[in-house]
Amino acid sequence: MAPISSSAKSSTQNQFVGKLSQLPWWLIIIILAGLVLFYNFLSNETYVAIFSRVRSGIVLTVAVATVSYFIAIVIGLIVGLGRVSKNPIIYNLATLYVQIVRGVPILVLIFYVALVIIPPMLTLFGIRPATFDFSFRAVIALAVAYGGFEAETFRAGIQSIGRGQMEAARSLGMSYMQAMRYIILPQAVRRILPPLGNDFISILKDSSLVSVLGVNDITNLARLYAASSFRYPETYNTLAFMYLAMTLILSLIVKAIENRLAKSSQ
Amino acid sequence: MIEIKNLVKQFGKLRAVDDVSLTVGKGKVVVIIGPSGSGKSTVLRCINHLEVPTSGEIVVDGIVVSQNHKNINAIRAEVGMVFQQFNLFPHLTAIENIMLAQRIVRGRGQDEARKMAMQQLERVGIPEKASVYPSQLSGGQQQRVAIARALAMNPKIMLFDEPTSALDPEMIKEVLDVMMELAKSGMTMICVTHEMGFARNAADEVIFMDHGKIVERNTPQAFFANPHEARAQAFLRQILH
Repeated sequence: MAPISSSAKSSTQNQFVGKLSQLPWWLIIIILAGLVLFYNFLSNETYVAIFSRVRSGIVLTVAVATVSYFIAIVIGLIVGLGRVSKNPIIYNLATLYVQIVRGVPILVLIFYVALVIIPPMLTLFGIRPATFDFSFRAVIALAVAYGGFEAETFRAGIQSIGRGQMEAARSLGMSYMQAMRYIILPQAVRRILPPLGNDFISILKDSSLVSVLGVNDITNLARLYAASSFRYPETYNTLAFMYLAMTLILSLIVKAIENRLAKSSQ
Repeated sequence: MIEIKNLVKQFGKLRAVDDVSLTVGKGKVVVIIGPSGSGKSTVLRCINHLEVPTSGEIVVDGIVVSQNHKNINAIRAEVGMVFQQFNLFPHLTAIENIMLAQRIVRGRGQDEARKMAMQQLERVGIPEKASVYPSQLSGGQQQRVAIARALAMNPKIMLFDEPTSALDPEMIKEVLDVMMELAKSGMTMICVTHEMGFARNAADEVIFMDHGKIVERNTPQAFFANPHEARAQAFLRQILH
């Protein structure tokens, strides 16, 4: 009897260990760290001061990320269509853009767009560069950088749709653009929705780079606060956790969309 | 209805279609047979310009098929095409598949397009599948929806590119029945197929192609009873076992 009961015991033990190992420990750790930090926000004066200072940049961070993301999607769609175009001029222009943008670090691109490309263009339109807000420049710079990534995502999505779909659409008398609009893109977009969602998370993180332009997003506010107060650990704890909280929420949303798509495509 | 003059299509070094000339009259059913790689499908695809001919001239219903874009779209709307792989639009239901091109190419209203779509679904025998997505249809049903989609455009000509080759054997008949009914109704048809029964019963003319050339053309009776060319004889022996 004894061996049986001991094996039964060990199997329940195994089950327990198995269940334990299935728990999302990474999430539990983050939540615990968040609770500790949250406790500090409420009780520790330093954290209270940091948080109330940095908090005012959240709107700008989210706004920069969101607006530049949507512009990047539009650029990506247009350039992505160019990348699959049979017209050699359009194809080469689109490829030139993608290769340049993907070959230069985003930080350098932000400097370049905001300080080299935008000022002469403003003068061209008769606007004094000094009056043009740097957060607008940041948005455009980030959109230009991400437009290249989105273009490749759209290209991949379009090319993943079988040739027969285009042929069937054309054989019914649809023009190339009609076939794209009604047949190819609806299917392609459905396939690239998860990577598009992940790119929003990326752009939210990379929006921290616009702090180099002096835009008062949460990174810049934190940097300024830390430099003046010398509270480096507390400040950057807070900053890192704010990004983490936002990206975690977003990644849960992306996952929910993915699951929903997987269900609907069955 | 269709006039093909000295059609040549070159793929790199391969001459897929080599100087083919062919006339198909209104209401005629022409079946093209031949071994794979003989250029049958390419001829078909040149007619509605899915392949751009290397040289030669194609006239469809009095319109010369050329590079002109408007011209091509106009011809494609008059020429229905059915593919081996069905190529239904997977993100649209059966009826939406049939309605879309009617609306954006023919400019028909919602109600008119829907009515026409239902009419065609009834014609191919699956009106009950109107609101079903292609992934939930069998191969034979998908192909019948594809035929209905082409017919809803009121084409003057129908092209069939091996419409039963991707089907399980038990589904071939339901598609051939639809094609047979279509042939009897007086539709001008060009069919590339390996279904000899269909060729025998529905065709006005059988064309045998090999290595990009038309080797033999005849009535089905004469062709199957007594093929002249040695290559046609060999092909028939193999395909009829």
